[in-house]
Amino acid sequence: MNPDASTIAAGAPIEVDLSPIAEGQDIKVFWRGKPIYISHRTKKQIEEARAVPVASLPDPQSDEARVKAGHDQWLVVIGICTHLGCIPIAHEGNYDGFFCPCHGSQYDSSGRIRQGPAPANLAVPPYQFVSDTKIQIG
Amino acid sequence: MSGPSDYQPSNPALQWIERRLPIFGLMHSSFVAYPTPRNLNYWWTFGAILSFMLGMQILTGVILAMHYTPYADLAFKSVELIVRDVNYGWLLRNMHAVGASMFFFAVYVHMFRGLYYGSYKEPREVLWILGVIIYLLMMATGFMGYVLPWGQMSFWGATVITNLFSAIPYVGESIVTLLWGGYSVGNPTLNRFFSLHYLLPFVIAGVVVLHVWALHVAGQNNPDGVEPKSEKDTVPFTPHATIKDLFGVSCFLLLYAWFIFYMPNYLGDADNYIPANPGVTPPHIVPEWYYLPFYAILRSIPNKLAGVIAMFSAILILCFLPWLDSARTRSSKYRPLAKQFFWIFVVVCVLLGYLGAQPPEGIYVIAGRVLTVCYFAYFLIVLPLLSRIETPRPVPNSISESVLASGGKVAASVAVALVAAGALFLGTLQDARANEGSDKPPGNKWSFSGPFGTFDRGALQRGLKVYKEVCANCHGLSFVAFRNLAEAGGPGYSVAQAAAFASEYKIKDGPNDAGDMFERPGRPADYFPSPFPNEQAARVANGGAAPPDLSLITKARSYERGFPWFIFDFFTQYQEQGPDYVAAVLQGFEEKVPEGVTIPEGSYYNKYFPGHAIKMPKPLSDGQVTYDDGSPTTVAQYAKDVTTFLMWTAEPHMEARKRLGLQVFVFLVLFAGLMYFTKKKVWADSH
Repeated sequence: MNPDASTIAAGAPIEVDLSPIAEGQDIKVFWRGKPIYISHRTKKQIEEARAVPVASLPDPQSDEARVKAGHDQWLVVIGICTHLGCIPIAHEGNYDGFFCPCHGSQYDSSGRIRQGPAPANLAVPPYQFVSDTKIQIG
Repeated sequence: MSGPSDYQPSNPALQWIERRLPIFGLMHSSFVAYPTPRNLNYWWTFGAILSFMLGMQILTGVILAMHYTPYADLAFKSVELIVRDVNYGWLLRNMHAVGASMFFFAVYVHMFRGLYYGSYKEPREVLWILGVIIYLLMMATGFMGYVLPWGQMSFWGATVITNLFSAIPYVGESIVTLLWGGYSVGNPTLNRFFSLHYLLPFVIAGVVVLHVWALHVAGQNNPDGVEPKSEKDTVPFTPHATIKDLFGVSCFLLLYAWFIFYMPNYLGDADNYIPANPGVTPPHIVPEWYYLPFYAILRSIPNKLAGVIAMFSAILILCFLPWLDSARTRSSKYRPLAKQFFWIFVVVCVLLGYLGAQPPEGIYVIAGRVLTVCYFAYFLIVLPLLSRIETPRPVPNSISESVLASGGKVAASVAVALVAAGALFLGTLQDARANEGSDKPPGNKWSFSGPFGTFDRGALQRGLKVYKEVCANCHGLSFVAFRNLAEAGGPGYSVAQAAAFASEYKIKDGPNDAGDMFERPGRPADYFPSPFPNEQAARVANGGAAPPDLSLITKARSYERGFPWFIFDFFTQYQEQGPDYVAAVLQGFEEKVPEGVTIPEGSYYNKYFPGHAIKMPKPLSDGQVTYDDGSPTTVAQYAKDVTTFLMWTAEPHMEARKRLGLQVFVFLVLFAGLMYFTKKKVWADSH
């Protein structure tokens, strides 16, 4: 009952061009049937994410560990709430990040859980920068 | 089913079979000669009601499966086509969907009855545990069945519930992938759910056979909780129990038919009339009502794993009930304290159900936690404690003694129930008009509301004109074919008129022999063409918001009725949230934005739209569409006409539904009456 060959093949890596995404904007792409948020973060959002003491977080993880070095403005996360799998809404909630309408979990501008029932941060999918304006997810 | 039977059929052919397979003897000893306690009350008829519902679900389900397509792109459409095109498909679908709710309603009554009268106590522990297994199987079956129509609530319900398993440490993620057959809920998930949804009812039927077998070995419990001691304590199953069960079933059918024919969508969720969309989460995900208490328990615990464990324990704890409650007196009738706690427990369950449907914030979370503690306390503290400290009242020596002593009490409780129902109904009549909220759509008088409602043909024809000239520029109507315009219960056009109407449209067809697509005039069998080739095109042309298809819009939109309206709605058959909302939105545009509301660029203020910022500009203005029949050409009239038309597109067989409903009700009332008097006659000597 595990995924069949065609499902696995359709889950191959995809490339995404980042150049059309302006600062402060984000896009949602689908990979393996999952929505992936790619946010072009503002300076303010990055600073907010880095100002928080890591130890105070429910799922401690530094912002640096969640983005690629040298590409600090780009946040790439799987847009699936770690509670029960709903899709959080970007640019909502009290932490300049994501808000899940189902059970009220709130994530910050680094996609880290700050408030609500979700146990973990939004997952970062495997990805790498192919060039400065292009990433490969998967 | 207990022991060999001495039954001897008189017919030689039956005798021949009986010698080789004693099946008639088995039937005779189980359902004819079987001694049943003579003091059983009507709560005991729910066993028969449940068997009937299981049969009904399997029968309607098998026929529905002949027309259903378990494929992610087609499932939603195939369900709509069942409702629209299959002969009596609307009836089958309503019977099956409402049937699931009725099945659960009956099983809850059945379980509470067992709880109250101590039917789980020695020697009926295995019987009780088999019942809990049936209940668990029912929950799994019901959940998977709800996924099959592949609407928004189906999809997101499936996502939330399958994600529960990801809470299991280490292996959780792999289990979820195994359930999905992919990386998210998708077509493979739908396929396996369909397969399992078809399989499990037969597993349930198998466990029901074990349940009945165990029942017939241990014998039925009864309201006094004393075992039958002599012949005088029992009556033969047939005709006594059979006729009583038949009367119970026919009364239950009245309730069932009330939902099937007059409020088929009362128990469902409007969001499930929107096709599944993996990119959009509905703002408020709620399971079907029968899972709500457990959903409330899940949500009241802030830790994910602990929440899942609590939810499953809430059900599994029932298995341990025979040992948690060790009191020797079975029936709560003779346990003054247990009786009170039982009713408190019922209230706790109902309140948990109410909380499960509320958004998880503020006071609801706190109340949910308190009630979750109460739920578990009943099993883990109250029952074990009561069985040690409570002094029960003396139980009667035998069933016949208690039957002779009672009398008149039943009449009193029936009177109380009638008074309560009457008070509710009166309250409904008085308050139904008082529902004037600020942002709540105002109620309208619709020709199609109520048990005898029919569509206003003139309004349907005018509404079609408004749709064609205004709405059709952006909104599709993809489930409606031109032939439907000439069908009974519709706008009342002739077949020739519908064909002429169709021929005004250009329909894309092909490929032809040269391999090219071409356009041809529409035929009656064609469906209304959509204004945009695909969703993306619709999105781009409309500032990022794709205009929804209007075929089902009056069923796919609703607004929160809230307590106590949803109770009154049951009696008044109020089903017009959707039309009221659509009509309100069409008239809710205002130039002046009230203070405190910010409307983003490219959106418009609408009083009734959730969030008030709608991407659709004001679609209707006075005099925009000309009417031939002299009706006023005002926005209010346009809104009313087009909403009536869209109610028809959402349910073209509504008139047939209400007409058949009346016939069924007349029949059922007569049948139930007949059964009642037959039962009185049969039982005349036994009371």
